[in-house]
Amino acid sequence: MDFCLRGGRVIDPVRKLDLTADVLVKDGVVARIGAGIAAGVDGSVRVLDVSGCWVMPGLIDLHTHLREPGQEYKEDIATGTRAAAAGGFTAVCAMPNTTPPNDTRAVTELMVRRAAEVGVVRVYPIGAISKGLQGESLAEMGELREAGCVAVSDDGHPVMNSELLRRALEYARTFRLPLVQHCEDLTLSAGGAMNEGVASTRAGIRAQPAAAESSMVARDIELCALTGARYHVAHVSSAESVRLVREAKRRGLPVSCEVTPHHLMLTDDACAHYDTATKCNPPLRTAGDIEALREGLRDGTIDAIATDHAPHSVLEKDVEFEQAAFGMTGLETAVPLMLELVREGTLTPATFVARLSSSPAALFALPGGTLSDGTPADITVIDPEAAWTCERSAFVSRSHNSPFIGRAMRGRPALTLVAGRIAFSEERFRG
Amino acid sequence: MSAFPHRHLLGIETLTAADLTTILDLGERFLEIATRPIKKVPTLRGKTVINLFLEPSTRTRTSFEIAAKRLSADAINISGAASSTVKGETLLDTARNLDAMSPDVVVIRHSQAGAAQMLAGRVSAGVVNAGDGAHEHPTQALLDCSTIRAHKGKLSGLEVAICGDITHSRVARSNIFALSKLGARVRVAGPRTLLPRGLEAMGATVHDRLEPALEGVDVVMMLRIQKERMGTGLFPNTREYSRYFGLNDRRLALANPDAIVMHPGPINRGVELEPSVADGPRAVILDQVARGVAIRMAVLYLLAGGEAGES
Repeated sequence: MDFCLRGGRVIDPVRKLDLTADVLVKDGVVARIGAGIAAGVDGSVRVLDVSGCWVMPGLIDLHTHLREPGQEYKEDIATGTRAAAAGGFTAVCAMPNTTPPNDTRAVTELMVRRAAEVGVVRVYPIGAISKGLQGESLAEMGELREAGCVAVSDDGHPVMNSELLRRALEYARTFRLPLVQHCEDLTLSAGGAMNEGVASTRAGIRAQPAAAESSMVARDIELCALTGARYHVAHVSSAESVRLVREAKRRGLPVSCEVTPHHLMLTDDACAHYDTATKCNPPLRTAGDIEALREGLRDGTIDAIATDHAPHSVLEKDVEFEQAAFGMTGLETAVPLMLELVREGTLTPATFVARLSSSPAALFALPGGTLSDGTPADITVIDPEAAWTCERSAFVSRSHNSPFIGRAMRGRPALTLVAGRIAFSEERFRG
Repeated sequence: MSAFPHRHLLGIETLTAADLTTILDLGERFLEIATRPIKKVPTLRGKTVINLFLEPSTRTRTSFEIAAKRLSADAINISGAASSTVKGETLLDTARNLDAMSPDVVVIRHSQAGAAQMLAGRVSAGVVNAGDGAHEHPTQALLDCSTIRAHKGKLSGLEVAICGDITHSRVARSNIFALSKLGARVRVAGPRTLLPRGLEAMGATVHDRLEPALEGVDVVMMLRIQKERMGTGLFPNTREYSRYFGLNDRRLALANPDAIVMHPGPINRGVELEPSVADGPRAVILDQVARGVAIRMAVLYLLAGGEAGES
């Protein structure tokens, strides 16, 4: 089916577009953008009225946990990609800490095949840096690349050994794979269930200092300088880490980073009532850190917004805080939360699209990120004014570990097209 | 309306000065029961108190048990080793099962911060936090306040030093909150490795040496060094700790001449307290224990449905 999206506000920072126009989708690709197209199409084209909505290149999440293979009771590729589509994402990068981990071609191929069979958005696997995510010896990055991996990471398991990280950077560079690091010095963070500070002292919870993250960012930047490899900091959370990345970019190093919506929206005070939905790693930090993260988003130090969608079942979360698993779901709340930043002026509509679509595509050399004529029609349509309340029962994800349940939201995805096919739509666009 | 408008006692942080005074005053009245030949009143007859102690404890568990029995409540003790938690049952399941037995009050000791709050959200009984990880130990702070008030006649305006392992101490947190709310000024002291960030925001003055913290104080509260944490690099050894952070007669001389010395127990003699101080005339440690029973009686009474005015 061909579509014409009529009368939306079309935003594409790559083409420097921000105008009210129609978007014609033919044969799965963006055929044309312009005024009055809808009036001239024939009956074979379904016209969808998206006036009042924003139309943008499909959102791309650089950091998703789909949990398949191995932990399908939390999420699988079918439910995870449906949650992504409901959240406005047309593509997700799947982290390798599955069971078994994605450290071999066989696992990557399985994920690619399952995504083709049951996925509703594009799935780009991220391979492991080290075998078994153990940080001891290099994974087969060449084969991982060949099988479909777009980056390497031991996410959840920082590479502590400096020599191994150096070799990993060099080897990843050989195959043009960005290396994504979960920055956490485990000797500093050991046992810490939240950010170290006033809130943790009051709550009596063992905590990890922000320096556990930033000290590893500092080390890695030096190794990036040594090796010249593409280096990407996952879920940056502290003011000092932002400063270090900014400085590295000034030095001209190939360093990039991402931030999650929850680190932009919640402080460690959210953990005060032991709600395990607020427990994540890196932990929620302070108001000062949030301000630095938002400044980093504004000035481009932070390249991308990524969800770190980390679904967990009640088995992992309905327990004592320090025993609970780290992580929260994020795919379905990212858009409304980041629209809050647009409304308060941290992001312009164009930077909103850039950080959620164009930049992620560029960082991992992925297709998409623009609405150029002839590109696959991966398109996200957002109704920026829709008022709703985040409710547990409305989650498409198999898990519901979100601290935003109960929050009044404004704005949500209305339509998600992947290669010109509807992956998600509001009721009004169905049928 | 009850003078104590709370269903649970989870911590001191959320209580008002009036709440604290209600418990202290009631505890004062219950103290007398221990001096009677028959140490029992029928006040909570027919009520059930479950002591759920999932972390080792002797004095606190015994204190709660005696408190419940002196009020004629049926006290049931469940300890970690005897509970189904060792079979893998979660706290949530334990809570559901306990709730099905309809207790009036559940007293919980747990190694994890927030456990008491979690339980309180899942059971219909009143919940008393008898120590949750490094978070709070409210009845200890209340019995400490009761002891100080008895010896000093007041709490407001007093200078109190809390010394030792503040980081891991739920006693320290509860006492900082309680003493501050009741008008005392709190200093904390210990090596920097045992002082968590943010103590100033809680209202305490922070010292990394004992001497300045002890100068002119009315109360010295020493905390137990948790030997089980030795070897994690927080201080080199007990010998050095004792030398720089132990309370001896020489250091105690820096405090006011009538200063009292407290300790929540159990004491590491010769480490945080020299025997001459622990057994000296200014130590009120056993008085703390005695008042603990009365304070816990007051708490059980208030949570099991009594009102402050009718005891």
